[in-house]
Amino acid sequence: MTVESTLELHDVSKHYGKDIIAVNGFTQRFASGSYVCLLGPSGCGKTTTLRMIAGHETTTTGDIKINNNSVTKLPPAKRGTAMMFQNYALFPHLNVRDNVAFSLKMRGTDKPARHKRADELLDMVDMGSFGDRLPDQLSGGQQQRVALARALITEPSVLLLDEPLSALDPFLRVRMRSELSRLHDELGITFVHVTHSQDEALALADTVVLMNDAKIEQAGTPTEIYNQPRTEFVARFMGGHNVIELSGERFAVRSDHIRLDKNAHDWPATVSFVEFLGSTVEVTVQREGCADITATLKDDVFQQQPLAIGDSVGVEWAQSAQHKLV
Amino acid sequence: MSSTTVKSSSAKPSSAKPSSAKNTLVGWLMASPLVLILGCFLLLPIIAIVAVSFWASTEYSYFPAFIFENYEFLLTSPVTLSVYIKTFMFTGITWFLCLVIGFTVAYFLAFHVRTLPMQIGLFLLCTVPFWTSNIIRMISWIPFLGRNGIANNALQDMGLIDEPLEWLLFSDFAVILAFVHLFTLFMIVPIFNSMMRLDRSLIEAAVDAGASSRQVLTNVIIPLTKPGIMIGSIFVVTLVMGDFITVRFMSGGQSASVGRVISNEIALLQYPAASASAVVLLLTVLIMIGIMLRFVDIRKEL
Repeated sequence: MTVESTLELHDVSKHYGKDIIAVNGFTQRFASGSYVCLLGPSGCGKTTTLRMIAGHETTTTGDIKINNNSVTKLPPAKRGTAMMFQNYALFPHLNVRDNVAFSLKMRGTDKPARHKRADELLDMVDMGSFGDRLPDQLSGGQQQRVALARALITEPSVLLLDEPLSALDPFLRVRMRSELSRLHDELGITFVHVTHSQDEALALADTVVLMNDAKIEQAGTPTEIYNQPRTEFVARFMGGHNVIELSGERFAVRSDHIRLDKNAHDWPATVSFVEFLGSTVEVTVQREGCADITATLKDDVFQQQPLAIGDSVGVEWAQSAQHKLV
Repeated sequence: MSSTTVKSSSAKPSSAKPSSAKNTLVGWLMASPLVLILGCFLLLPIIAIVAVSFWASTEYSYFPAFIFENYEFLLTSPVTLSVYIKTFMFTGITWFLCLVIGFTVAYFLAFHVRTLPMQIGLFLLCTVPFWTSNIIRMISWIPFLGRNGIANNALQDMGLIDEPLEWLLFSDFAVILAFVHLFTLFMIVPIFNSMMRLDRSLIEAAVDAGASSRQVLTNVIIPLTKPGIMIGSIFVVTLVMGDFITVRFMSGGQSASVGRVISNEIALLQYPAASASAVVLLLTVLIMIGIMLRFVDIRKEL
């Protein structure tokens, strides 16, 4: 079963007052059923963008289309979107079943029907036996499942997730990540997921939109974003990259594509820091007139030629590993 | 309650016998100021009133005894019943009006005023009348509502009425008007407080689920501000139940309330009878609060 659920934003901007621009000219088209991650540091406008798609924030300019219909002027419930809030926003006075059935109650569905449907959705998120509990009797992960069920009961064509994993502990975060991925495959609808964690975006998304300072910095598949960062900001934000300046131009080189060789001396540098991370070792080297360079070496490679602080090494990388930044 | 908290927090994990005895002492000492204050200023007076309510009295004297005559007279007199009915009527109508006005004002302040400084400013404005005494605020209605007062003159000038409305002043209307004026703030404050604590994303979540603004009000805001509503209701109900001065001034002495009965008995130096009335009133109010607390758990709010 596939629901048509394309999402299109055309030149969408949000201004607060005269001077504050939260989102500036956001234009992007997402294919039906894609998993979109809006990624960026806090204050970059990603949440505002999500809230404009949801209809909880008006747009200053621009147009938002879902399935080729403009929804810019529609109220949230008429857009075919459903939002899962950052702190889940479960109603504390309603039990889990009534929370999930809330939107059906608003539509006037009778009690047995809406409870039946709510129980079906709770089963889908493995919370079937918790229907009678109150939200504050649940753990964070359980609350999130309930929030997910509540959002999905409206059968949205676009599901909007505002930092859905940030309130969970690291272990649960990874588990819920795979859960979200499974759910996305099952439902076949478009997910838009706001996050500030690049791991999350790389793991989940098929389209990553990296935002900075109200603008889209780069949009593309996770591999594109990670392997071909367009700007220095992208390279630094995604991490695992060195930004190296060579003859006036700047390049990004992945730190695991850098080799260090004690016997080579054509691009010499001095080891300033060594950190053992388990399967890899991170070695930071310094070179005069150049920013620090980090090399991520496989554990066994490092063991063949151990390095200590103060050692002088030659730094090498393949020509194909370096990407010019604008 | 407070003494156990103090004890448990000051107890060390490896508490040997002597040190735990010392901790108990420290706990009692730390709790003692509150115990002293409540004991001297709440418990003792109530015990005294209860004791005096069993005393005997004649027209000109009263003396220690243990008789039930005061209660017997009070509970069998038809006056008591009619006075209580009147007081309940004042309480009920005042409570309802305070609730409607208080909730509306609090809702406006919490959800329609956008900036915090503006909210605080308007909230303080609500409290300005409370800088003057109750009695002054009450009496200031008299020239307004009187036979030739502003209200009657204005209505006559506008041609809405031909002769002054008699029921404006010294009537039940005037009593309730003054009550509502005096006590609405006690409803606004706790409801406003509840509303300000309400997580705004809950309202957004309800809107996201398709709730109209009325549905948001009935399904989210009212259920979640119930504790505030209940605290405000307790204030208003206890204040109106115990009032005597407002009823006396605004009714021109024509209406009775339980408080006025007690105040009259005190004026006649009938202390045992007044004490008995006070005890019955106290129990009535406690029962009312007990019933109200059945409906809402206000502990969350405290």
